[in-house]
Amino acid sequence: MAQFLQVLLSGLATGSIYALAAIGFTLLWQAAQTVNFAQGEFVMLPAFFVLIAMGLGLPLPVALLVALAVSVFVLGYLFKRLIVEPMKASKTGGGLPLVIATMSLAIFLKEGVKEFYGAEAQPYPELVSGGSWDVFGAIVSVTDIAHLAISLGVVVLLTLFLNRTRTGRAMQATAQNPDVAKILGVDTKRMVLYTFLINAALATLASFLITPFYLAKFSNGEYLGLIAFIAAIVGGFNQIRGALAGGLLIGVLDNMTATYVTAEYRAAVPLVLLIVIILWRPEGLLGTSEGRSV
Amino acid sequence: MAIIPKWAFILVGIVLLVLAPIGQGNYVALILCSWLMYTIAAMGLNLTLGYAGQISLAQGSFMAIGAYITALLTLSGVHWLVAMPLAVLGCFIVGLLVGFPALRVKGHFLAFVTLAFNTLVVLVLRNEDWLTGGSYGKSNMPRPDFWLFNTGTKSTFLSIPLSSNQKMYYLCLAVFIVFALLMYGLIRSPWGRAFKGLRENPIRAESLGLDTRRLTLLAFAIGSAAGGLAGALVSPVVQYIEPNSFALQHSLRILLMVVVGGSGFFFGPMLGAAVVILLPEFLRFTEGYYLIIYSGLVIVLMVYSPSGLMGVGSRIVAAVRPKRVARTDMKEGAQL
Repeated sequence: MAQFLQVLLSGLATGSIYALAAIGFTLLWQAAQTVNFAQGEFVMLPAFFVLIAMGLGLPLPVALLVALAVSVFVLGYLFKRLIVEPMKASKTGGGLPLVIATMSLAIFLKEGVKEFYGAEAQPYPELVSGGSWDVFGAIVSVTDIAHLAISLGVVVLLTLFLNRTRTGRAMQATAQNPDVAKILGVDTKRMVLYTFLINAALATLASFLITPFYLAKFSNGEYLGLIAFIAAIVGGFNQIRGALAGGLLIGVLDNMTATYVTAEYRAAVPLVLLIVIILWRPEGLLGTSEGRSV
Repeated sequence: MAIIPKWAFILVGIVLLVLAPIGQGNYVALILCSWLMYTIAAMGLNLTLGYAGQISLAQGSFMAIGAYITALLTLSGVHWLVAMPLAVLGCFIVGLLVGFPALRVKGHFLAFVTLAFNTLVVLVLRNEDWLTGGSYGKSNMPRPDFWLFNTGTKSTFLSIPLSSNQKMYYLCLAVFIVFALLMYGLIRSPWGRAFKGLRENPIRAESLGLDTRRLTLLAFAIGSAAGGLAGALVSPVVQYIEPNSFALQHSLRILLMVVVGGSGFFFGPMLGAAVVILLPEFLRFTEGYYLIIYSGLVIVLMVYSPSGLMGVGSRIVAAVRPKRVARTDMKEGAQL
């Protein structure tokens, strides 16, 4: 029982970080119909911005802020301005070519980090470090609890922002029906830009939280991107709470399988889950089905 | 193009392909082999993607299935001529099994399912040591012996010395030409036209009485079988296969070939595969920066010409010959 609790909690903690990346994914999909195959690399990159900033002699908190600002600019603004916007503007560029472009972007970022920073895994500072608590005999690490609290806190804030503020509601309107939103006076372009910035910020936060586990390595994004992707689909591609549920579910399942069933096929669990969900409930666990447009 | 008939170009192309490896070393022969193999895989994907409009990210895993079936059979003494059709058939069946559930639902789902499938295949290949040799893979697959033409040994033909690798190239070339002819026939057949109809307007196609689900599934399974054919060639050419050489990134590479070349164009995958396989050789002097430059170029290409290199080509042709204006209301159809 003690072990179960331990595995469950650390699963939830990693799962909540997956959820951050997955939520960014769904936001981009809703607001801009962009499937971002570089999402994993978006999580990998900010950690290196932190390392570079710290290499320049900045203390950790300042380095984190600098990295956040740079990531939001590069992965949010530049990504939209240089890649997504021109492709969306052309008639045929929105679908498959955009997918290919984001795949290439993933390779570009990965190889760029490898060449210009190094192929070796770099040690990375923990955001929250601490001992562990004893809860009913289970050893619960403070770091896990802090990660869970931070990510869930951010998700709650984001939901409040989207539901309770004027800008948030305008963003939702843009996602649901851009034409009508425009007629009603919403600056849809600005709202889409906000979505990209929020996605970049979420990916950055996920990067800060998860990199201490994996160490900072150029190839981190491959697995993370796939997981974010699967979490988003499993939960429901058009729902924030769906992506959250998907992320948590995968984190827990992954840990449970590794502990109780098989470590060899651990990586297969999210994939099998994905296939089962697509067959059984293609709109995702919490999703609502999108009507077919004629 | 009207002055010189199309078949003349193709004939010149084939003659050039036949002459290409003569007098060259093993390295050139192997590069050309891998170009032909990847072209076959990419043409299969082009059928799924360019004609039927479904994104598959599992072409690498179908190559893996084809390569492992061929390797296991030829290592146990079965002739390649028997092993190859079995590999193709195996991939066709697996393609049906994977595609059937995925195509029950619309949209990007085939992409997601195939992505997961590719990763699963690599995991199984790595973990089931007893069958696949685990992460050490399989090696020393025999090269086929066609009695008068034994690809496993050196010989001379009309006083031209031919190495084993050059012979393998001719085997690849022969398979490629037969495959290309079959593909061409398929695309011009009622099925091929139905595939195009699916891509252009699935709802219209359905209203005209086409069973869209069955046709998409068929296109996907045939595309997968082509992946198996490419795999059946990989096994004797490379003579060493291991799970990682068929990982997701290779499926992405094949997808890149199709899109860079121009999806939906018959010759697109050949061009795309040439670029993806040969460009690293030309960019060798850039050393580690190759992938950065390459991925950067792909992004720029996608931003400025979403229809790939063939699209750039036809744009230039259109600019040179201003008199022929394609009907704008059926642009996609006019390209084909």
